[in-house]
Amino acid sequence: MSASLLRERFLPHFGNPTLDRLGDAAVVDVRAGRLAISTDTFVVQPLEFPGGNIGTLAVHGTVNDLAMMGARPRYLTAGFVLEEGLALDVLDRILAEMSRAAAEAGVVVITGDTKVVERGKADGVFINTTGVGELEPTFAPSPERARTGDAVLVSGPIGRHGIAVMTVREGLAFEAELESDTANLYPLVEALREAAGEAVHVLRDPTRGGVASALNEIASAAQVGVMLEETALPVPGPVSAACEMLGFDPLYVANEGILVAFVEGAAAPAALAALRGHPLGSEAAIIGTVVRDHPGLVALRTAIGGTRVVDMLPGDQLPRIC
Amino acid sequence: MKYLSEYRDGKIARRLAAEIRRTASRRWVLMEVCGGQTHTIVKQGIDELLDGAVEMIHGPGCPVCVTPLEQIDRALHLASQPNVIFTSFGDMLRVPGSHADLFQVRARGGDVRIVYSPLDALALAQRHPDRDVVFFAVGFETTAPANAMAVWRAHQLGVTNFSVLVSHVTVPPAMTAILESSDNRVQGFLAAGHVCTVMGWTEYEPIAARYHVPIVVTGFEPVDILEGMLMAVKQLEEGRGEVENQYVRSVQRDGNRPAQELVAKVFALVDRQWRGIGTIPASGLGLREEFAAHDAERKFGAAEITATEPAECRAGDVLRGKMKPHECPAFGTSCKPEHPLGAPMVSSEGACAAYYNYGRFRGAVTSG
Repeated sequence: MSASLLRERFLPHFGNPTLDRLGDAAVVDVRAGRLAISTDTFVVQPLEFPGGNIGTLAVHGTVNDLAMMGARPRYLTAGFVLEEGLALDVLDRILAEMSRAAAEAGVVVITGDTKVVERGKADGVFINTTGVGELEPTFAPSPERARTGDAVLVSGPIGRHGIAVMTVREGLAFEAELESDTANLYPLVEALREAAGEAVHVLRDPTRGGVASALNEIASAAQVGVMLEETALPVPGPVSAACEMLGFDPLYVANEGILVAFVEGAAAPAALAALRGHPLGSEAAIIGTVVRDHPGLVALRTAIGGTRVVDMLPGDQLPRIC
Repeated sequence: MKYLSEYRDGKIARRLAAEIRRTASRRWVLMEVCGGQTHTIVKQGIDELLDGAVEMIHGPGCPVCVTPLEQIDRALHLASQPNVIFTSFGDMLRVPGSHADLFQVRARGGDVRIVYSPLDALALAQRHPDRDVVFFAVGFETTAPANAMAVWRAHQLGVTNFSVLVSHVTVPPAMTAILESSDNRVQGFLAAGHVCTVMGWTEYEPIAARYHVPIVVTGFEPVDILEGMLMAVKQLEEGRGEVENQYVRSVQRDGNRPAQELVAKVFALVDRQWRGIGTIPASGLGLREEFAAHDAERKFGAAEITATEPAECRAGDVLRGKMKPHECPAFGTSCKPEHPLGAPMVSSEGACAAYYNYGRFRGAVTSG
C-alpha cells in the first residue's frame, strides 16, 4: 500500500481532523455512559448495484447494527482489502459512496487501514467497518424483550435490496428497475424512541435471510410466538414479480434499509405514525402480533385464511426448475 | 399483480371452499399431480378451508424428487471432472447423492453453476470452447421444450463442448401406474397445468375413459386449485370421469404444437427409473441417436455409475401417495432440510419440504 494511494484516493474522501493526523490510533471524545460497538465485514458481488455499492453497505450495515441496539452512531473505522487490478474509478465510486453515507449518517471515519493483495486472492475489494455508538440511558431494545401482545411493525417495503442485487448479479432483466433500499436507519429509531420510548421492545434490521429469519431469531430468543398477516406485508410489485419468477419467498429476501420493531400493543399506533412521519418509513405497516401460542415459532395467516409456519431456511433460496 | 392477485383472492377462495363442502356428499380422495400445486395447498392452508370434505394425496410431479439417486451420483461425478462446467437449475444443488451434493462438490473445487435456462448453459459453452459444459436436463414435459431447444441449437451450431445429462420424465405413465396399483385410493386427479400448457390434454382422455376417473387440468394459485377440486368433486358426485380444463388462461386441448414437435425431434420415449418407484416403461425422454454427441452419459461414460437408494428414505411411498410426509418415521428427525435423506425434503416442489417448512404448525395444533 503506497502512501500516495492513501493520500490521493482515501484522504480526499474521508478527511477530518482525527483521521488527518494519521497517528497509530485515533483519539476521540465520547459522552459519559455506555457505548455500543459493532464490527462487520462486507464481501458482496456485484460491487456496484442499483441504489448503491459495497461502500454504502459498509457504512449502513454497521451503523444500523448500532442503531438496532438503540445507539446513536458516532464513529466508524474502515479496513480495506483491495485486489490488485481493481479499477481505480470503481474504487473512487466506492469511497465517494462511503463518504456520502457516513456524512449523511453523522458518523466520522476516524481510523482506517488498507492492504493490497495479489490478483485472485480477493474479490475486488473487501471492507471491514467497526462502529461506535452512544447508548441512551433508558432505551434498550433487545430480542428477548418481545412480549405477548406486542405489535410487529416493518418500516417499509420488503425485499428490495436482495432482488436489486440479484438482478445485476445474475444478469436478469425485469421490466421495472428496482433499487436497493440501503439506508441509515437511525432516524427511524430516534422517531420510534420519541414516540414510544420503552414500549419499543425489539429492533432488528432484517438483512440476510430477510424478515422471516429476523422474526425467527426474535421468537426463539424471547420464546414467544409470532403471527403474521400475509395481506399486511408490504411487498413492492417488482419484488413480488421477480420472486414469482424465481420461486422465492419475499419474506426471506435481504433488506438493507428497513427495520422490524416489536412495540407494546397500546403504543403501536403512535409508533406506526412516527415511522410514517419520516420519508424512510412512509410505507411502514403493522404486519403481525406476538401471541402466547407456539412459542419460538413464526406463523402466518394466508390471504385465503389458512395458516402456515414461516421457518428458518437452511441456506440461501435457490431458483426452482419450473 | 395483474393475473395473479385475482387468483389469490381470499373471498373467492372461501366461497369455492364452501361450495366444495356443500357439494361433497362424502370424503373424496383427489391427487394433485404437480409438486407446485402441493406447495400451494400446504403453503396457503387450502386443506384447512375444506374441513375434511376432500382428502388430497400428493402426487409424483416434482422433477427434482423423482430423479433417481444414481442420476444424482452421475451428476456429482461429472461435476467433479476437472474440465467440466456443470450447470443446473438451482433446486438440484441441495439434493443428496450417495455421498455428497452439488454444493459440496463445488466447495471441493468443482465448477458448478446455477443457470436459469438451458440456453444460458449453451451460451456458456460458446464462451468457453476449451471447457466441457454439461447441463442437468431434468423435469417433466414443462422443461423438455427448452432443453430440446438447447440441444437442437448446439447441434445446428456445432457446439461440440455442450452436452446434457438427461433425466426427463412424463406424467401420463406415472398416473397410469398409480391407477393400476392394487391399493390405489385416488378417485380423481388435478393434472399439472404447466405440463398441459405444453402437451394439451388429449393423452389424458384415454386414461379418464379407461379408469372412469375425473382429470381436471388445474393451475397453481389457490383459486385455481379450489376450482379444480370443485370440478373434480362435481364429476365424482355426478358419476362422470372426464377430462376438464380449469386452467383455461394457459391451456388448450392440443397444447403447444411447435414445442411438442421440437421435443419429438430431439427426444424419444425411453424406460425411465423414478426415485423410490422403480422403472416405469416408456415413462421418460432420452436423446435420439443423432444427438448422441450431446449426451453427457455417453460422452463421460457416466452410465456405468449405479446406486441403491437408502431404505430409511420412504420417498417412493410419499411420491405414490401411499404415505403422507409426516407419517414417515424419519420426518423431522433423521430427515430435515439441513440433512435430508431424499430429494422431497429439499426440493422447492417436494411434499416433505412443504410439510416440514409450512405445515408443522398445524401438525402441532391438531396433535397437541
